[in-house]
Amino acid sequence: MASSTKNGDEILAELQEIFRDILDQPDLILTRASNASNVEDWDSLAHINLLTTIEKQFKIKFALNEIQELKDVGEMIDLIQRKLASQ
Amino acid sequence: MNLDQYTVDELFRKRLGLRRQLSAVEGLQPLRIAVLGGTTTHEVVDLLELFLLESGFKPVFHQSEYGRFYEDAVQDPADLIAFEPDIVYLHTSCLNVQSVPPVHCSEDEFQGYVDAEARRYRQIWQSIEQNVSAQIIQNNFETPPYAILGNFDAVWSGGAVRYFMALNMEFARSAATDPRLLLQDIHSLSARMGTAQWFDWDRYFSYKILTTTEANVAIARSLTSLVRAMYGKSRKVLVLDLDNTLWGGVIGDDGVDKIQIGRETPVAEAYTAFQEYCLSLQRRGVLLAVCSKNNEDVAKSGFEHPSSVLKLEHISCFKANWEPKHENILAIAKELNLGTDSFVFVDDNPAERALVAAQIAGIAVPEVGAEVSRYAAILEAGRYFEPVSMSKEDLSRTALYEANAARASSEAQFANYGEYLDSLEMQAEIAEFKPVYLERITQLTNKTNQFNLTTRRYTQADIEAIAADPNYIGIYGRLLDRFGDNGLVSIVLGRREGDELELDLWLMSCRVLKRDMEQAMLDVLVERARAANIRTLKGFYLPTKKNGMVANHYEKLGFAPVSLDSETNASAWSLDVPSYAARNRHIRILELVHG
Repeated sequence: MASSTKNGDEILAELQEIFRDILDQPDLILTRASNASNVEDWDSLAHINLLTTIEKQFKIKFALNEIQELKDVGEMIDLIQRKLASQ
Repeated sequence: MNLDQYTVDELFRKRLGLRRQLSAVEGLQPLRIAVLGGTTTHEVVDLLELFLLESGFKPVFHQSEYGRFYEDAVQDPADLIAFEPDIVYLHTSCLNVQSVPPVHCSEDEFQGYVDAEARRYRQIWQSIEQNVSAQIIQNNFETPPYAILGNFDAVWSGGAVRYFMALNMEFARSAATDPRLLLQDIHSLSARMGTAQWFDWDRYFSYKILTTTEANVAIARSLTSLVRAMYGKSRKVLVLDLDNTLWGGVIGDDGVDKIQIGRETPVAEAYTAFQEYCLSLQRRGVLLAVCSKNNEDVAKSGFEHPSSVLKLEHISCFKANWEPKHENILAIAKELNLGTDSFVFVDDNPAERALVAAQIAGIAVPEVGAEVSRYAAILEAGRYFEPVSMSKEDLSRTALYEANAARASSEAQFANYGEYLDSLEMQAEIAEFKPVYLERITQLTNKTNQFNLTTRRYTQADIEAIAADPNYIGIYGRLLDRFGDNGLVSIVLGRREGDELELDLWLMSCRVLKRDMEQAMLDVLVERARAANIRTLKGFYLPTKKNGMVANHYEKLGFAPVSLDSETNASAWSLDVPSYAARNRHIRILELVHG
């Protein structure tokens, strides 16, 4: 598969849409610093739903050890970018 | 709202928004579901909630910690008891089985392993049955993910594949004999999807979610159809278009000789196969109706084609004209006396599908596409006509509706209505609840909406408890006439309060409307009330969108008005028992031998 290029802002915009849908917060603004403690309702169950949706949306698959390391949206963006580039 | 139009990904992603919209609907039926899982169940539960909301339920869930299904059911059921579930769903997988035979297991030892595991599950079910009055839904097992012996795994006594086949047989036997236990056939569900698409090992290792989102949608849909069936909300009527739906081609243009049906071409074969599928539905009690833009005589000639599997006698209601389809479907609903929420509509034309889906509340319009070879599989996937059991009623329902048509045509020949009623030579069996009828009684309390004074729903467990409680007088009525047996059609349930009998329930199947069956029921009820020293019957009418036809029921039976709630229009009525004189004139009451 050809590697796709998406910059950090594009990925952030797509993530924001996913978060808005999954958390049912249509006005949510996401930044690289957003994390489970400063975004309402981002609990462990929502986290599973977010990762499941991100995998489907970007057509990537996280490795088991990668899932553990995601602490905020910034790390998510970097990981998605690396995954897309290596495809 | 119709969730059929959403893909699995959209359902999953927009779930909370959909949930918000679906929850805003008024009149949802509350439902308490306890989920005891062998794996993490929250995703299945989230999706199930959506489909149940779409079906008119308002579910509340209690979930066990993952893997604690046995403890929560058997050793420490306090939480389960406190939750007071209507349904307990046991969601376990091949990973939750303890007595798996080792690979060196001999033929002699094999059954011992099967029996041990079946015993463990029976213990779970029995504990639930003793502790709560809920219906149990237990899924059977997928084919295990690995067959370390390959094909021989299905043969050898130490093979996991063979073991789970045997265990599934034990589950089927239990479900066949225990009315409190319903089986969810996950074995077939996963096979249709393919276990490679079913199991999700990454999510299992990370979160103990065993199955993919696609699989969880399938599980939730199949559960929803079971729940709908439990509460009498399974669909009953399949409305079919004709041209390019039941046969290939346009009969009005091509002529009956040119339509594609039979064995001559692949296309004709495919239409024949779909007709055979429809006929198999008709034989198990689903009513078929036709709704086609055609001239009626031309449309009917299609069924006289020598290769047509479906004949006119299989069609309960036939509408072929040039009126809009949604109007014809409403006319069909009126003639069959059934709500459109029990209808499924199949048409190859997407414009007709969109129109009908938009104009008719509650009807299911599956996206069947225009490829006839796919119609049956798409209908199957919707699980619209799910039964929880097969009663004689189901198998003979079609005959009943045909007999109704014969009755309707003889109605015209009489000078007055009483003469017509006498000509029916009606006989009724009216007596107190007995075990053989409890299943049918439960079914009727859950699916009767129109002739139903209070619209109270009961589970089989409730009805069993009531039948054993001396404070209740429960009367059923079965009506026969010269055209056939209408089956058990009416129920009255009274609860003693001092020397009064409060009528919690009075319902009747609409297929015996205007037959004076309610008078006959009242006669017997009063007889039983007198024997129990009851002095007053108290009746209640609780209005719903559907039961307007019985607003004057108690008045017509000679009850006196007691109160009327000006806000809800609910009314209360009373009847003096000692002064009551029998009212039934046209139905002979069969004497029953008690014992």
